[in-house]
Amino acid sequence: MMANYRQARWAGDALLEPLIFELGKPGRVGYTLPPKLHEQLRIPKNLLREKLEIPELSEVEVVRHYTRLSQMNYGVDSGIYPLGSCTMKYNPKVCEELASLEEAAYIHPYQIEDTAQGALELMYRLERCLAEVAGVDRVCLHPSAGAHGEFVAMLLTRAYHKFKGDGNRTQVIVPDSAHGTNPASASMAGYEVVTVPSDARGRVDLKALETAVSERTAALMLTNPNTLGLFEDEILKIAEIVHGVGGLLFYDGANLNGILGKARPGDMGFDIVHFNIHKTFATPHGGGGPGAGPVGVKGKLEKFLPVPVVEFDEKRKRYYLDYDRPHSIGKVKAFYGNFGVLVKAYAYILLMGAEGLAEVSEAAVLNANYIMRKLSGTKGYELKFDSSGPCKHEVVFSVEPLKRETGIGAKDVAKRLLDYGMHAPTYYFPPIVPEALMIEPTESEPREELDRFVGALKVIADEARRSPDKLRSAPTATAVGRLDEVKASREPILRWKMYHKHRA
Amino acid sequence: MRKKLGLIVNPIAGMGGRVGLKGTDGPDTLAKALKLGAKPVSPARAVEALRAIKRSGLKFDLVTYPHEMGKDEAREAGLKARVIGEIVSGRTSAEDTKRAAREMLAEGVDLLLIAGGDGTMADVIEAIGMRAPVLGIPCGVKLHSAAFANTPEAAGDVAARFLRDGLPLREAEVMDIDEEAYREGRLSAKLKGHARVPYEPTMVQATKEGSAGFELADQKAIARWVLELMERGRIYVLGPGTTTRAVAEELGIRDSTLLGVDLVLDHKLLARDVNERQILEAIEGKPAAIIVSPIGRQGFIFGRGNQQISPGVIRKVGKENVLVVATPHKLGLTPILKVDTGDAVLDDKFRGYIRVMTGYRQMRMVMVSQ
Repeated sequence: MMANYRQARWAGDALLEPLIFELGKPGRVGYTLPPKLHEQLRIPKNLLREKLEIPELSEVEVVRHYTRLSQMNYGVDSGIYPLGSCTMKYNPKVCEELASLEEAAYIHPYQIEDTAQGALELMYRLERCLAEVAGVDRVCLHPSAGAHGEFVAMLLTRAYHKFKGDGNRTQVIVPDSAHGTNPASASMAGYEVVTVPSDARGRVDLKALETAVSERTAALMLTNPNTLGLFEDEILKIAEIVHGVGGLLFYDGANLNGILGKARPGDMGFDIVHFNIHKTFATPHGGGGPGAGPVGVKGKLEKFLPVPVVEFDEKRKRYYLDYDRPHSIGKVKAFYGNFGVLVKAYAYILLMGAEGLAEVSEAAVLNANYIMRKLSGTKGYELKFDSSGPCKHEVVFSVEPLKRETGIGAKDVAKRLLDYGMHAPTYYFPPIVPEALMIEPTESEPREELDRFVGALKVIADEARRSPDKLRSAPTATAVGRLDEVKASREPILRWKMYHKHRA
Repeated sequence: MRKKLGLIVNPIAGMGGRVGLKGTDGPDTLAKALKLGAKPVSPARAVEALRAIKRSGLKFDLVTYPHEMGKDEAREAGLKARVIGEIVSGRTSAEDTKRAAREMLAEGVDLLLIAGGDGTMADVIEAIGMRAPVLGIPCGVKLHSAAFANTPEAAGDVAARFLRDGLPLREAEVMDIDEEAYREGRLSAKLKGHARVPYEPTMVQATKEGSAGFELADQKAIARWVLELMERGRIYVLGPGTTTRAVAEELGIRDSTLLGVDLVLDHKLLARDVNERQILEAIEGKPAAIIVSPIGRQGFIFGRGNQQISPGVIRKVGKENVLVVATPHKLGLTPILKVDTGDAVLDDKFRGYIRVMTGYRQMRMVMVSQ
């Protein structure tokens, strides 16, 4: 297999495609307006601006700029995107289309409820679909990101214990394989965080957990399957241990794609569940959102849910927003959540149906196991935990053997994969696996793409032995080469204003 | 400007190991080792580390000592070196190590690579303290200091990264085991001092909470939390180490000891560098607590470097009033903790999982084993 991939690279004077602020010329316009419009509009003087520092481009310049950018972009529409725990599955176009219907896209959250019944009904039904999937009693769609959902779950936990008059619940327990947002969300909600180690099988160490829980335990945050792609098979015992001291069990839904239609967190004993809509339910996944992180709860926590809650008035046969919730933790988001995202999720659920969702998990798990079987035994890569049984929807390989042999580690392998036209898996996470490559293919990938991926990893291991320098300088076939991460973290330039100042 | 790397190889370090001796601290032991057929260990390991640096492609100036104290190893690894100083080949001693360290400090090296063991590292620290960053290539029999990399190759990799990109520095404990006692089956370690050692904050075997941590910031975070928990009227017995010093500094105490045990009451230093008797007298009839941190590389929270906190003291204070603090990076070096108070029954009370404070309002369940 040769690295034939070549990504477009638009650059002038060795600098990559300029920012739109740097393009155009004064006086260029990309619109036409009626000739006497500015006289007719009668805009109040105090709303008129003297200077408007926006780019001045013609329509064709704008179109070409964004087309060039799109050619230098890699997404799920380009090829495999095996980021572990991210569930980068294909976003069906029909969901995008439905969300862009005027009825969905042009309504305003402050419209009179009578004129937004369809929207309210959609949210009401989506809540119930998610509740059914997770095995909980009530769902709130407001949180707009995964960590936002975790944080709301921590606020609900706090409200629950406060309501019971239990002011001693100051600690939240997380496993050492937890995604960093878990302890962060707990900390932000004012909790002390207690980390428990994983055992040799990659699961939560029960002995450590038993020592960690006490009457100070507010909750345990757990992902199942965990970030190693392994099912926490002792979950019932774990639930018993935590409930036994009066704590709550929170389910981080990042890995829900591994168990849809097969097992439900609510049945495992979880009291609060959060979903990553942009993962499991196929809405677009781009760092920075918009996403959605709905939270589901068992009955005992219902009264604390954020306002407003979508209710159905049986008598008048209409949906409405209920703000009369005296024990609610309050508002956690402007309006009612990222509605556009919720429309896509609802469309996806209807598209798949119950059987379809179960098939999603079956295919996702099958694809991960296929990669696991095909890659294990390849010199250079090894499974650190529990290689005897199947993994779930993701698998974590360690590149440590290759590192010892050649000096080439997970990062270099990941970078070189880009030269083969594939996005790399997550590397160096979870931290309990040295030189980790965390691979989640999702159900979207056809078998040929999986073979291509495994094939590339095998070739790269050989390249590491024969010409390690090639890997150290990878990627070279992409629009942008290897980034200087140290520089990026020391001098981050995140906005046009910062860039402008930096260039001056 | 090219970076300057200093290299000091102790050709004798590690020779005691294979032949069953516990170290090579004196000429007698060395003679015994040679008689038993011991072969030098450190030159080859130094070469391994140098080869790792060479592989990185970094351009730098290498400064080293003559013959087997660095020049030979540099040549074997294919590196050009500037040789300074004088030795008598075949008859090197601790004095040569100390002199070499001083001279390289004067040369303005950016990093000192030391191929040796605890004894060698203790000698270097005695000569130059923390005035230059050092990193140990592990060669000794006794490797209890936290100033060593895990392997010779890792030493080379970290050295290259430090010189090329810069890395944060941490203060690592330099231990020295009492060899006489060690040979007699007794373990007695002294905390000799601290070295400034480069480390990789993101490459640590630790949890996500600490993976982006820089040790100084983590120590400060722990200190902040300890401060919040401190009660008025309770005497705090602060063990040695840089993390407990951070606690003292957070209280506004600037003159706590780094190597000794201090007593703190109501945010003020009550007594400095106390021994067991002084501790017992001070806490008699008063509520007390102990704050300790794992010392060295083996992860001992009691029994190495803090023997003043004796079984008597621990029993009087009570196990429930013992706070263990450690940064995630430290726990990455020593993921399993140990106790050796001298009282086996008391040791048992600490076995199993204990809570270790690792950050601001963050703790970890860590295993304490035999």
